[in-house]
Amino acid sequence: MLLALSSDQEFVRETTERFLVEQTPPNEVRRLQRDTAGFDADYWRRGAELGWTSFLVGEAHGGGTISGAGLVDLSLVAYEFGRHAAPGPLVSTNVVAGALSAHDAQTEVIADLLAGTGIATWCAPELRSFHGSWAPTVEIRHDRAEVVVLGKVSPVEAAGQAGHLLVTGRDGDGITQVLVPASTAGVSIAPLRTADLTRRFGAVTFDDVRLSQDAIVGAPGEASTDVDLQFHRTLAILNAEAVGAMQAAFDMTVEWAFDRYAFGRPLASYQALKHRFADMLTWVEASHAISDAACCAIDEGSPDAAELASAAKAFIGQYGAEVVQDCVQLHGGIGVTFEHNLHLFLRRFTVNRALAGTPAEHRQRIGAILDGWEAAA
Amino acid sequence: MSAVSTEGARVPEQLEDLESFRKRARSWIRSNLRRATRDEMRWGRFDGNEEAELAAVARDREIQRKLFDAGLAGICFPRAYGGQGLSPGHQKVLNEELVGYEYPARMQVPTLSPCATVLLEFGTEEQKLRHIPAILKGEELWMQFLSEPSGGSDVAGALTTAIRDGEQWVLNGSKVWTTGAWWSDWGLCLARTNWDVPKHRGLSVFMLPIHQSGVEVHRIEMINGSREFCQEFMTDVIVPDSDRVGEIDDGWTVGTRWMFHERMMYSSPYVSVPDGGSHGGTAATSLLNIARELGHMDDPSVRDLVGEARMLEIVGDELMKRVTESIRSGRLSDQAAAIGRLFKGTSASRISTLALEVAGSAGAAWTDESAASSTAVNFLMRQVGSIAGGTVEMARNVISERVLAMPRERTLDRDVPFRDVPRSRPTGS
Ligand SMILES: Cc1cc2nc3c(=O)[nH]c(=O)nc-3n(C[C@H](O)[C@H](O)[C@H](O)COP(=O)(O)OP(=O)(O)OC[C@H]3O[C@@H](n4cnc5c(N)ncnc54)[C@H](O)[C@@H]3O)c2cc1C
Repeated sequence: MLLALSSDQEFVRETTERFLVEQTPPNEVRRLQRDTAGFDADYWRRGAELGWTSFLVGEAHGGGTISGAGLVDLSLVAYEFGRHAAPGPLVSTNVVAGALSAHDAQTEVIADLLAGTGIATWCAPELRSFHGSWAPTVEIRHDRAEVVVLGKVSPVEAAGQAGHLLVTGRDGDGITQVLVPASTAGVSIAPLRTADLTRRFGAVTFDDVRLSQDAIVGAPGEASTDVDLQFHRTLAILNAEAVGAMQAAFDMTVEWAFDRYAFGRPLASYQALKHRFADMLTWVEASHAISDAACCAIDEGSPDAAELASAAKAFIGQYGAEVVQDCVQLHGGIGVTFEHNLHLFLRRFTVNRALAGTPAEHRQRIGAILDGWEAAA
Repeated sequence: MSAVSTEGARVPEQLEDLESFRKRARSWIRSNLRRATRDEMRWGRFDGNEEAELAAVARDREIQRKLFDAGLAGICFPRAYGGQGLSPGHQKVLNEELVGYEYPARMQVPTLSPCATVLLEFGTEEQKLRHIPAILKGEELWMQFLSEPSGGSDVAGALTTAIRDGEQWVLNGSKVWTTGAWWSDWGLCLARTNWDVPKHRGLSVFMLPIHQSGVEVHRIEMINGSREFCQEFMTDVIVPDSDRVGEIDDGWTVGTRWMFHERMMYSSPYVSVPDGGSHGGTAATSLLNIARELGHMDDPSVRDLVGEARMLEIVGDELMKRVTESIRSGRLSDQAAAIGRLFKGTSASRISTLALEVAGSAGAAWTDESAASSTAVNFLMRQVGSIAGGTVEMARNVISERVLAMPRERTLDRDVPFRDVPRSRPTGS
């Protein structure tokens, strides 16, 4: 997480932290495993009051940033979400709210998302890592006055809870995005199972879904740069959450190493284990560093945003997995029990690692970006 | 905060603003420095030619002098000692502007940091005035005389002995693994001044000219054929007391900060190196060149390898910034410099392996012209980055014990007079 928070940023981080500690202690997270939505509507609405859904939304629509860098502000909340394995559709709602606000589209929907009374999600394209790009699995056609959506997207976070689905589709040679109310005829959602206790996913099918032209977000055929930004924002939020989960697992394990004795001395006194803690701390610090750098670059629209975003996703996914799994290892048997809290962070980390491109895919993307840059130079 | 950074920093409004500094640096660099050659850009490349090495040293001194005359040397050194009295931000700008140009590579580590930074922090006014401007003008190249044949990790276990004789000291002993001592001028030397107290309490630091009758410099050949490695044998070397740095028997106070500056390596704001972050001769670019020459960039597994190298470079740079900033703000103690050191060491090893992987069989045999040239030799030298500057194991000890406050390893040398501490059998020479 950012080293030097302004007092306003620290206030938001801290109120979120306090709220999560009170509202979603580990046993509440365990309880929500059996809840269909995975979170309480009232919890989400109160979180929205703390600003959880406002940072990517323009002031004209009632949103606003704390620091001028909305994604950086949001990353503070995401980090706390990771640190507490918190419930709620943070990634999907924010990405959609930001996309709508940028085009001044569907302002009633934005208002609901801001208030925490509505949920939205993004039916995103698939990463085509080899080319350093992405490709939609959905097709968008135009039939006289109507827009037609066809195809399937999976997995989609909070698909079963969302009132609106932002769909990215191939539209001839271009890319178009439409906002589809979940209740529209032809939309079907099949729930999926997942490793996280409170996140929910679904497979969404669009079977000849017909909408009027005003469902289109932005200019038809020209959504490509919007999608880049949505994709990078998704990576940034997933990364900040993953770093929070790593930090929580690491902190618990350091404490355990001081308290747990074997052969008459604490685990923390064995050099073989101390060296692993040194590696873990280095990787945790490195994950913070690259996550923050990517957030800033994406927020500023800097030319190296794509490379940093992928470097963050690749590094955190690869090395963070070693950290959280080594935390399990150093706990011994208790580390693989449901009763212990460690798995809450392992779960959150694991699902985030799998979403929006694996480490190998992002490494390939970095290779592709480097190749492209050097060719252009 | 350290004495160095306090002295080096000035109130912001007095400083040249970064943009005009950038313009000044850029236009000077473009009209005064050569573009780096392909070989200079090529990462980890070694050419065993001795005359070429001496010519390169002479050129480095010359460039350093030009930088000094242009007001671009010693950015963070105080003006009183010939520096610019500017900020780490200015140094960063200079590093960015140096990308793709020749620069005085041999002047940086260990001359400017840690040697000059240690002088800046612990030297007397006379010592600083005598040496720091000379260093910034390229007149003095310095070496660290730390490691000894008996051991390098346990730096405080130095056996080289200094005995007081009136206003001077007599030094005897041997230092080793100094890279380039044969063409350097001064040594910063950690020596034992008291054998009757525990090891950390009987050390002192001295400076001495390398080329003098009591100092014999032997060259040692490394795996890659380089003969830059040296060993120095000191026999009755006379050092005036005025060339002692820090207090008598308090050399470990100096040594602790010395290790800190050493671990900061190329991230120190006291050294100038082309920024690795943009399109310079970075390791990932050299992997890319190998893959392209072999026509393998359209193989997804090769893209993955090249991408991994780039990822490690980017993350390493961001980590160094975070650690530096954390130490500056006091979030972490200066012992946390070991975090950056550990990452750079292990990632350099990994990148060396990635290069061999990308090269495939072109790594086994090559011509000088091929992009994969020397990849295998670099791999032979892979662990250098994890040994030089203190090993990664020592970094892990520091991180776990000093940053995470885990219990120290049991040692047998803490509370006994140093002369009673068990030691290695003498090795080699
Ligand atoms: C390219 C290069 C340049 C160098 N330049 C200089 C220079 O200019 N000046 C200078 O003084 N030195 C220099 N060195 C020396 C370097 O600092 C030492 O090699 C290093 O500190 C290790 O010391 P050593 O070689 O004596 O190994 P040892 O200290 O004998 O260590 C051997 C192995 O044991 C491990 N080990 C030792 N103690 C511990 C412990 N407590 N816990 C866990 N593991 C441990 C080490 O990590 C290492 O793997 C250079 C080395 C290289 C490779």
